Amino acid sequence: MSILENSISQIHSLLKNKEIKVSELVQESFGRIEATDNKVQAFLALNQEKAPKRAQQIEQEITELEDAEDLPILAGIPAGIKDNICTMGMPTTCGSRILEGYIPPYSATVMKRLHAAGAVPMGKLNMDEFAMGSSTENSAYQITRNPWNLDYVPGGSSGGSAASVAAGQVVFALGSDTGGSIRQPAAYCGVVGLKPTYGLVSRFGLVAYASSLDQIGPLTRNVEDTADVLQAIAGYDEQDSTSADVTVPNYRDALTGDIKGLKIAVAKEYMGEGIDPQVRAVIQKAIDQLAALGAEIEEVSLPHTEYALASYYLIAPAEASSNLARYDGVKYGIRADGAKDLLDMYKKTRSQGFGEEVKRRIMVGTYALSSGYYDAYYLKAQKVRTLIKQDFDKVFEKYDLIVGPTAPTTAFKIGEKTADPLTMYLNDICTIPINLAGLPAISIPCGFVDGLPVGLQLIGKAFAESTILQASYAYEQATQFYKQRPVL
Amino acid sequence: MSITIKEVEHVANLARLQLSEQEQEKFTGQLNSILHLAEKINELSTDDVEPTSHVLDIKNVMRKDEVVPSLPREEALRNAPSNEDGHFKVPPIIE
Repeated sequence: MSILENSISQIHSLLKNKEIKVSELVQESFGRIEATDNKVQAFLALNQEKAPKRAQQIEQEITELEDAEDLPILAGIPAGIKDNICTMGMPTTCGSRILEGYIPPYSATVMKRLHAAGAVPMGKLNMDEFAMGSSTENSAYQITRNPWNLDYVPGGSSGGSAASVAAGQVVFALGSDTGGSIRQPAAYCGVVGLKPTYGLVSRFGLVAYASSLDQIGPLTRNVEDTADVLQAIAGYDEQDSTSADVTVPNYRDALTGDIKGLKIAVAKEYMGEGIDPQVRAVIQKAIDQLAALGAEIEEVSLPHTEYALASYYLIAPAEASSNLARYDGVKYGIRADGAKDLLDMYKKTRSQGFGEEVKRRIMVGTYALSSGYYDAYYLKAQKVRTLIKQDFDKVFEKYDLIVGPTAPTTAFKIGEKTADPLTMYLNDICTIPINLAGLPAISIPCGFVDGLPVGLQLIGKAFAESTILQASYAYEQATQFYKQRPVL
Repeated sequence: MSITIKEVEHVANLARLQLSEQEQEKFTGQLNSILHLAEKINELSTDDVEPTSHVLDIKNVMRKDEVVPSLPREEALRNAPSNEDGHFKVPPIIE
């Protein structure tokens, strides 16, 4: 078995006891990427020059440590980074032609925190362009494939991150989640994906898609690793004006395996029509398992769920149209040739640089914000958002968690939904309401349908990541689905 | 409400996008479908509902009024497609 298949804490012990070297880990990660990425196509750029140097540096630090207990938990751990997280000295394209060749002059706060914790960035991972999509087919560079079946999508927009972790190329990856972009690919690829509470993890250096919804989070192969990565990246950052000044607990303390008396709600809207019956059966079995572990399960209603999609597909494109106005061929990225004046340069650059899905969302957003339509679309959508948030607040007065499926189906075939954007949008129905309310949620492996993984989603109160991790860990330890790996 | 091809052309101009005739036609159909989906929110009465633009109770963040090093000019210009004499260079705006 590859060393990379171990949990972060197991690798940490091996490093601490000097049974393995960081350089071996990094070499093994590069070897696995070389052996599998021609099939999976998860990586857009490899950190081939700097990663071995970083490994040597960490090895030196380990040698100089007086007390091995002081070794940070992520020291030497190979990590993959979604390509919308700014990484100084490494390309950051957001899966878009318009940012081709862009090398940020600074690093995102999460990258600084990973650096401080000793993680080794192995490269940048593929994604739907500017995080817009649910399949990673919208990347301008390549289509990432699902490691469980290469004819299927890995989900999106953090498809590269989920596929890379599932394929065993890296131990963990960072993704970003605006409407489900960590959880849905985690479900499709059979890995753990956590979208933290809005504001818990700094967005400084995350290329913005929809600023009031975006959040960075980890993708890992087990819940324990998620706790360790979250610990490293969570916390207040004065460089992010939307960062929450809250105390970060010790997430490992939550991994007790005990959930007796935990009050868990099942939202009937997440288990009804539109959810594939086979997926529903797997989720029901998972809920029964949580009950067998001692949780109290009751059905509840989130009555405004059916309005979430409409609200999201006005708010997110509106924010996107504003955020993406900065790509004009002046300060970074590509510039179209042959423009007759400045306005012509803006238009030519943006038209050549953006892909179809991005143009579509910019158009929707510009329309929703334009004179005469602002109140009817954008403001109304923000009011509906309040109602959706109130639904959750009400349920969380009585319950600790809400559970349901992460996605209505398992992964779909590559090309199956590209012709009709609306069918693709419907795919995010179980995840979008959580982003609108800013809540934390996780997707964990809970079974298979026709050889493709199913994800169980656990939603918590704001900043109650510990409760989510507690229940996820107990379920994971009882079922062991996380140990299954795709054959590549 | 349905969006016309003329409105699509107008919105594209606002969004600084140049769409081909084929794209205009395609987007007119697709935008109509998306806006039709969005119309669902009109089923709800929201007269007494406050909008949520942000889930956190956020306040403006002010840093201390101190001189600190900023990004060096050459670093800021390094990713620009064109620059000259320490400035971003763009096509002429006036003749």
